[in-house]
Amino acid sequence: MSIEVRRVRKRFQNFTALDDVSVSIGSGELVALLGPSGSGKTTLLRVIAGLEIPDPHPDSAVLVNGDDILGGDLRQRRVGFVFQHYALFRHMTVYDNIAFGLTVRPRAERPPKEEIRERVTRLLQLIQLEGLANRFPSQLSGGQRQRVALARALAIEPKVLLLDEPFGALDAKVRQDLRRWLRRLHDELHVTTILVTHDQEEALEVADRIVLMNHSRIVQVGTPEDVFHRPASQFVMDFLGHVNLFHGRMDGDQFVRDAAGEAGDRVYARPFQLDIHRTAVARTTTKAKVRRILAAGPIVKVELSGESGDPILAEMTHERLRELKLAVNEDVYVTLKEAQVFQEDYSI
Amino acid sequence: MSGAHQRGGLDALEAQRTEPAWLRLLLIGVALAFLACFLGVPLLAVFTEAFRRGAGVYFQSLVDPAALAAIRLSIFVTLVAVPLNVLFGLMAAWAIARFSFRGKNLLLTLIDLPFSISPVVAGLMLVLLFGMQGLLGPALRRLDLDVIFAVPGILIATLFVTFPFVARELIPLMQQQGAEEEEAAVLLGANRWQLFLRITLPNIRWGLLYGVVLSTARALGEFGAVSVVSGHIRGRTNTIPLHVEILYNEYNFSAAFAVASLLTLFALLTILMKSWLEWRISRELGASTEEAKP
Repeated sequence: MSIEVRRVRKRFQNFTALDDVSVSIGSGELVALLGPSGSGKTTLLRVIAGLEIPDPHPDSAVLVNGDDILGGDLRQRRVGFVFQHYALFRHMTVYDNIAFGLTVRPRAERPPKEEIRERVTRLLQLIQLEGLANRFPSQLSGGQRQRVALARALAIEPKVLLLDEPFGALDAKVRQDLRRWLRRLHDELHVTTILVTHDQEEALEVADRIVLMNHSRIVQVGTPEDVFHRPASQFVMDFLGHVNLFHGRMDGDQFVRDAAGEAGDRVYARPFQLDIHRTAVARTTTKAKVRRILAAGPIVKVELSGESGDPILAEMTHERLRELKLAVNEDVYVTLKEAQVFQEDYSI
Repeated sequence: MSGAHQRGGLDALEAQRTEPAWLRLLLIGVALAFLACFLGVPLLAVFTEAFRRGAGVYFQSLVDPAALAAIRLSIFVTLVAVPLNVLFGLMAAWAIARFSFRGKNLLLTLIDLPFSISPVVAGLMLVLLFGMQGLLGPALRRLDLDVIFAVPGILIATLFVTFPFVARELIPLMQQQGAEEEEAAVLLGANRWQLFLRITLPNIRWGLLYGVVLSTARALGEFGAVSVVSGHIRGRTNTIPLHVEILYNEYNFSAAFAVASLLTLFALLTILMKSWLEWRISRELGASTEEAKP
């Protein structure tokens, strides 16, 4: 089912959570709403779910498969919603939690007991918790609870699946496992899915498309490759991973540093876009001193300080480190392999 | 050897952190002596006085027609007041915990009002409102309705003094539990009744029962407000506490204490229920905060 949000606004007392937001999501897509906390992404998700009602406005609409659902009955929306803190029914077993959406249906639409049992069993297999049907939520780990919450949402065969920071409360390892599992699940079920997250790594890894939000507005929409390699603004560049900032301008391949008092462009480069040399080369961007070498990991991180003392982070392979034979406190020369240039006067 | 040594060192450390043994014993002793004097002895006195003239007189005093009428009236008033309190309490708690609206703080203050006002003042207020010379007096006379010095007055007075118990217990509980489970249930297709019966009510059941126990105890035991509006008509508008007072004023001590022992027994039962419920609620809340953690 496709989703289209048209010119939606939402204010809470003195705070604007959504400022004229429009976005459209194709059928079967997995889209991540990404942004810092307070950027309005959870409010947008709750508007789509029907849990928040947008401010009345003639142009505003939320369309699911072309039908405006604003003002419709919440229960008819068939929306699967997964909360950050799971919101499992604490006094019900895992089985009853998952079956809830089926057992509350009016008698005429309710599947027979046997069919409910079959469907819950199938969902328990899907989330790999077959043996835990009779446990209570308090007897499960966080990762298990979140999988139960997902199964409960899937039990009603939702038209759209909405996930609000679903892995936010879990530790790093469980998070990574679950997000890969979610991606595989989505490839099997093809339910239109929207995932809210503030973790750019999670969004880049899981989503087909990313909707970046900041200050109650959408700032960029695109595939993970798009937003990572072609950020529309300094904010996007900054938010999607570590960046080094150089004040100056690019003259072809050549970086030209601003003279004192001169206001030029802002040149951004990610750590992997920097190269380090032991001797001065043409196209040198800046001279720098090696501060720390972090070699524990798949890539080597080198912390440097530039000529004006500003910190610079570079990344390289272990082979390159061995080639360079870098040591702490050595003077080296930094060049840019690639860079993004933004106008200086743009403020985030 | 070294273990014992270490143990001794730990004891010394422990001793630095806590009070010396004699001081602890003294404090505990004072607290226990106080409890014995002001709670234990009176409790004992109630029962010894009640049985002073034998079990025969004791049971005779309980089945006396006036005593039976008082017991019946107290039970009737409780059975009407407590369910109404549950209804109002649930509605008030739901409104306050789940919605934000203008005047919410005023409503909270109003719910607390019966706690802060003296019951006698509450009774007088009812007389001024519903009495013959009161604001609504002429209207009530035309309708031929007796409120003051009659059962309706006793009921209204009891409702007034017991109103806060259920709401006060439920508001913090519902605020702490949050609305997410209810939102989840609605999105899964639950209607209002299913939402209330299958999600909200099970989550607040222990808190609700706690409020019911407290307001039952207060409804049975209320003296001040009821005393003002009742008129003390023996066999008609006397509740158990008022009947005890009358017997006592007539120097009928054994009968007074016999009837009082009923209230005392109920108080003991209330305390037991209360501590059991407190334990259940803390367990429930423990489980729910556990839930919020990864």
